[in-house]
Amino acid sequence: MRKITTRQAINETLSYQMEKDDNVFMMGEDIAFYGGSLKVTAGMFDRFGGERVRDTPLSESAIIGAGVGAAMMGMRPVVELTYIDFSFVSMDQILNQAAKWQYMTAGNIKIPLVIRTQGGGYRGNGSQHSQSLEAFFTHIPGLVVCMPSTPFDFAGLLNSAVEDDNPVMFIEHKLLYNVRGAFPDKGEQVRIPFGCADIKRAGSDITIVAYSYMVHKTLAAARLLEEQGISAEVIDPRTLNPLDYDTIMQSVEKTGRAMVVAEAHENGSFAKQIAHRISEEHFGRLKAPVKCVGALNVPIPYAKSLEDHMLPDEGNIVACAKEIMAYGQAAG
Amino acid sequence: MKFKDRESLYRHLYRTMKTIRYFELGIDQQYKLNIVRGAAHLCLGEEAIAAGVCAVLEKEDYIMTTHRGHGHLLAKGSDPRFMMAELLGRETGYCKGKGGSMHISDYSVGVLAANGIVGGGIPIATGAGLAVKMKGLPNIVTCFFGDGAVCQGNFHEAMNMAAAWKLPVLFVCENNQFAISTRTSKVLAPEKISDLAAAYGMESIQIDGNDVMQVYETAERFKKGILAGEGPKFIEAFTFRLAGHYIGDDENYRDKGDTKKQWSNEPIVRFEKWLEANCPALLPELQAIDAEESEAMQAAIAEAVAAPEPSVDIIYDDLFTHSAAWERRNVNEKDYNQAGN
Repeated sequence: MRKITTRQAINETLSYQMEKDDNVFMMGEDIAFYGGSLKVTAGMFDRFGGERVRDTPLSESAIIGAGVGAAMMGMRPVVELTYIDFSFVSMDQILNQAAKWQYMTAGNIKIPLVIRTQGGGYRGNGSQHSQSLEAFFTHIPGLVVCMPSTPFDFAGLLNSAVEDDNPVMFIEHKLLYNVRGAFPDKGEQVRIPFGCADIKRAGSDITIVAYSYMVHKTLAAARLLEEQGISAEVIDPRTLNPLDYDTIMQSVEKTGRAMVVAEAHENGSFAKQIAHRISEEHFGRLKAPVKCVGALNVPIPYAKSLEDHMLPDEGNIVACAKEIMAYGQAAG
Repeated sequence: MKFKDRESLYRHLYRTMKTIRYFELGIDQQYKLNIVRGAAHLCLGEEAIAAGVCAVLEKEDYIMTTHRGHGHLLAKGSDPRFMMAELLGRETGYCKGKGGSMHISDYSVGVLAANGIVGGGIPIATGAGLAVKMKGLPNIVTCFFGDGAVCQGNFHEAMNMAAAWKLPVLFVCENNQFAISTRTSKVLAPEKISDLAAAYGMESIQIDGNDVMQVYETAERFKKGILAGEGPKFIEAFTFRLAGHYIGDDENYRDKGDTKKQWSNEPIVRFEKWLEANCPALLPELQAIDAEESEAMQAAIAEAVAAPEPSVDIIYDDLFTHSAAWERRNVNEKDYNQAGN
């Protein structure tokens, strides 16, 4: 085993898939010679050439649409949306085209398309370059949504996504690219199935579901909670659609308390979907209401003081967990 | 498609237009009986464009079409029985009733799909063209769309991409002069839609879309050029939408007298006149072809009406294809070293 960054994990996995199958090719803005705006595809242009690592015009809708068309013809495109904030320029092609053709045609058409994109704040990129928009995509039947948190999970899900015949929205996070994690030796490949959550930390007092960058903040919060005698079990769903409710429910059976942490704005967050499912299925056995941590409902401001205030941090997660733990202990 | 002589071509074109005409009239009839649900968009008056272009295409020359796409599907070779069943929401339809009028696909004859989003299929056709080019196939992709679509962002993005990458795409704009109730000429900046394509650096022409021979010859010439590596090309086929936008459209935005006059310029009548002048030997056959297609359509309707609706058991079918990535097994970096992970 070795330790590599998420950026390296994605790069190695894409290269492996490109090497293995000539039908796999990549399209996106600045991914070729430039190596990608966040340097994720660095070196791939040199290795595979400009036909298969293809710079596109600045045309998000045509990028996704061309991906849909190429997929319909039997290719396996991996297209990139530089920022998830731009995905709405191409939303029709994702919502009404990529996600629907297989179902509408009763399986006659397959769309083996992977859309890679990244989101997330904390870097002063402002409200149009910092968002967490997964809720919009989880709401689309027919679209697989992956949102991994570690290099290992990124590689495992990306392999599955490229090899799978369904359209996949693969949501990365700009702050995860530099995060290091345990990884198999060169030449060994991981495959993680969809709908398979991972228990990132075992615990017994409270179940905390978190995904993407929030997994790392939640693990840090869990260490702080441990110091205060609270044992948190952290569950990373890894794919949001399909979502592994079984693993979450088993954990809640054990702990009787749950919360969900997402970076997205609290109003309409996908965290609420998970939280509500837990409430629906465990109402009688829960020791406290299921709560969520999310960003304040304002566009993400530029100034550090404001951005830090409105996005979730370890303090918010710890406070929420403690509120849940204290529930039912009589006040006064 | 290959024709052994000119007469075979003419017969094919005439028959195709009649098939489309009777299909559309059949849908109109079934819709008014409340057997076709939702909306249906008829291509009455535009049959020559579908017939003329598709006669130039081989099976692997895939097409993308629109909500007004029944004609293109039929001209490409789709079976009217399964199309009728699909529009009637029956399990015997092309999409088992899940797609309906605007979402039919038939790979077996080279149809990628019809599309319910105006302009939604244009980037998809560009991508299909990209795949054809990357695979080095001796084929073209044809994208049908209307005058309304040329004002969509998707149109411009896809045209630019196809031209910049020299993709083997034939863009066919059916300018039937109306985007629902809006006369395109009132909201379009350039004089001719074909001018837009010229701006993207591709060969472009405006033709009389009701002249099936002009459509056929132009499409044939353009296909040759695309296959020779000249890049994408654009045909603006000027026509007139004889029916309303959808069945039930009261058409209060245009003069009913004018529309009636346009029927004298419709493509089948035009072709009959052309055959009279250029191939009179074929004239006696025309009535027989007309009768055959009319009967065949009645039979297709009867078959579709008699077929069952899909069972609710199929509601989740084809939402996802379940491959190895869907087989549940726990995979974690800690126990990674097991074989098969």
